Amino acid sequence: MEHVSEGTRVASEKISRRAAIKAAGALVGAGIVGGVGGFSPAASVSRAAAQPARTPIKIGFQVHRTGIGAVYGRWYERTATAAATLINEMGGIAGRPIQLVPEDDGTDPRRGAEVVEKLAVHHKVDFIYGTLFSHVVIASAPRAGELKIPYFVVSEGYHVASGKLNRYVFQPGITDVRAQVTGISGWLVKNLGKKITMIFPDYAFGYDHRDFLGRAVPALGGTIQARLAIPPTETSFSKYFARVPADTEVLYHVMVGPGVLTFVKEMGEHFGARRPQIFGFIDSLEGVDLASPGLEYLEGTHFWEAFPRYAGGYPTPHERFYRDRVGVNDAGASVRDPKDVSTYSHMFGCWETLFVIKQAVEQSGYRDPTPKDYRALIETLEEVQWFNEGIQHPQGPKKFVGQIHQSFGQQFISKVENRRLKVVHRTKIEDSLYPPEADYRKQPL
Amino acid sequence: MRRPGARAVWALHLAVILLLLGLQVVVPPFHQIMLARIMVLAVYAIGYNVLLGYAGLMSLGHAMLFASGMYATGLTILYFGVGAGAAFGLGVLASAVMATALGLVTLRASRVSFLIVTMMFSQAFYLATLYFNEITMGDQGFIISGQLAPLRAGGREFAFSDPAVKYNLALVVFALCLMLSVWLTRSPIGRVLVGVRENEERTRLLGYNPLSYKLLALIASGTIAGASGSLYTLMFSYVGSSFASILYSIYPLLWTLLGGTGTTLGPLLGTALMTYVVDIASGLTSSYLLLVGATLLILIMWFPAGVMGGIRTRWARWLP
Repeated sequence: MEHVSEGTRVASEKISRRAAIKAAGALVGAGIVGGVGGFSPAASVSRAAAQPARTPIKIGFQVHRTGIGAVYGRWYERTATAAATLINEMGGIAGRPIQLVPEDDGTDPRRGAEVVEKLAVHHKVDFIYGTLFSHVVIASAPRAGELKIPYFVVSEGYHVASGKLNRYVFQPGITDVRAQVTGISGWLVKNLGKKITMIFPDYAFGYDHRDFLGRAVPALGGTIQARLAIPPTETSFSKYFARVPADTEVLYHVMVGPGVLTFVKEMGEHFGARRPQIFGFIDSLEGVDLASPGLEYLEGTHFWEAFPRYAGGYPTPHERFYRDRVGVNDAGASVRDPKDVSTYSHMFGCWETLFVIKQAVEQSGYRDPTPKDYRALIETLEEVQWFNEGIQHPQGPKKFVGQIHQSFGQQFISKVENRRLKVVHRTKIEDSLYPPEADYRKQPL
Repeated sequence: MRRPGARAVWALHLAVILLLLGLQVVVPPFHQIMLARIMVLAVYAIGYNVLLGYAGLMSLGHAMLFASGMYATGLTILYFGVGAGAAFGLGVLASAVMATALGLVTLRASRVSFLIVTMMFSQAFYLATLYFNEITMGDQGFIISGQLAPLRAGGREFAFSDPAVKYNLALVVFALCLMLSVWLTRSPIGRVLVGVRENEERTRLLGYNPLSYKLLALIASGTIAGASGSLYTLMFSYVGSSFASILYSIYPLLWTLLGGTGTTLGPLLGTALMTYVVDIASGLTSSYLLLVGATLLILIMWFPAGVMGGIRTRWARWLP
């Protein structure tokens, strides 16, 4: 039996002309129709309203409902559902409604590969999308390649851009870690200090930071004073702070997981008021309220954000529209439950990726899950160079590099002030770009 | 002279293998993939059952042996480009060596101590896969699909991406391991192992060295577990440290307990039941682990010795 999400229920209803015009009117009234790319929801609605109901485009949603990624998964699902609902209100994809088919992968690599098989072979979806955790993506990607089904991930890992995966895997909705790190390094060295000590988790996510910041900083005239890898099983961090060189100017941390509160508390106990500048990645605190007890020491420190959690950090009508549609309040939490803090710096990728699928289907003329149509869709997407800012891409414009199936967008640096994040810098897309090290287009389909 | 029921035992197991051979042409494609995966994991459970079901040793360190097969196969393909056959052989060999080393150190302990010591070694192995991440890629893992050449036999090539190749490869290895376990349990060695399980002191008094037999059982168990890990790598192209985590020591224990410890067909049944219960329940609710737990409780209430164990007790005492 297929488990059908809220977005699916919307899809299954026939879209009335009145509802379609109402949705379009709301968008026009908000003054946010289109975007640089000339996207016109009103036109889509008109086309959709004129067409008879058609078979839905089924999009398998590989979601971390359980396991270590459940906090992210919950918000990924809400965002994907909101995007699917909007697309259906606008007339669907090429006049066909979207039907999301979610399957929980338990944030487990083995189950992830099974879910890809189930979605492709059992549910017979057109595409699969939505995966976040790197190990699940890497375990699932070979199966997507073998089953020859396009697989759109929202992972931010460097694995897609590295060329390690296959031609069926795309990451068009979120910038990868290498680009994020490259993008912020210039501001970091210029404004916080040149002598940097890194503290990172001793696994994949941490290695991307270790490797790419380690390359970027020396090129900017800075030095990495120490690289402190913390095992994932660690529960106490004081001994690592004792190994931070005394002349460190910036402490760069990317700790994630349940130990982050202890990490911050012990960091405060060790350094006290005589601390170096502190810069972290918000991944540590996604889904966590910055006003939580124990996080007081973060006041005055800086964080990378992909998309500012607090309203006003990137005040565009597209951002406002997106925030409202997903159901996030001005403090970055659920409008229904202010204690339910979102994963705002990642989940926009689900929204944007769904619109990328829409664009790719409509431009390529994709109709059915056949090798011919998949080829057309993949080759069309590989030719795309930009995704323009608009309601489809509220986080900002993105440069898409077809060779490596990866998007590059702007990044934000925020400072903790009064227990909230205040944006102090926005990078340019060019800051994040790096030369492609692979070319998926050479792989046969 | 053959014991009564020997013919029936071999016929039953052969029938199961033939049933699996035939199923691939009648079940829908998705279930064909599911069955292929179940057979690979059932091999792991068969290996576990050799130790738990016949030697009476409960281990929480088998993830190390399963993952040894995975890593030896995956790393040799990734770094040295060896062929699938050689990589499989190396995977089996690596797990046999690891099982021998594990046995020599841990078999001095028994019962709960054995459980804990094996778990400690397995956790050390798991952390080593993270620590040496520049080689193993840590928890992110690595894929071998780009490096793995197709199998060649009889002048033909068989790509690992082909569902039929996956299925029949899994079936061949499963059939071999199943028959090996049947032979082992019915052999004099198997009888001594059961003796060790039931009364170690009495077995010693009869002139057998229980330690040697337990070591033999652990090596056989670990080697079969490693064969499963190695085959999993070849079929699904991925190796990662999560397969060395304690969860993968608990899985074969659950599969074996559910199917029936000390029964040759129990591991297959337990693995299939758990895999399908998880798959179906996860499609119904995000609290599927609750459903899985409830299902397990009900089954254990009805079949405290596992499903095949219950069948053997009630209806077919001749089942091995």
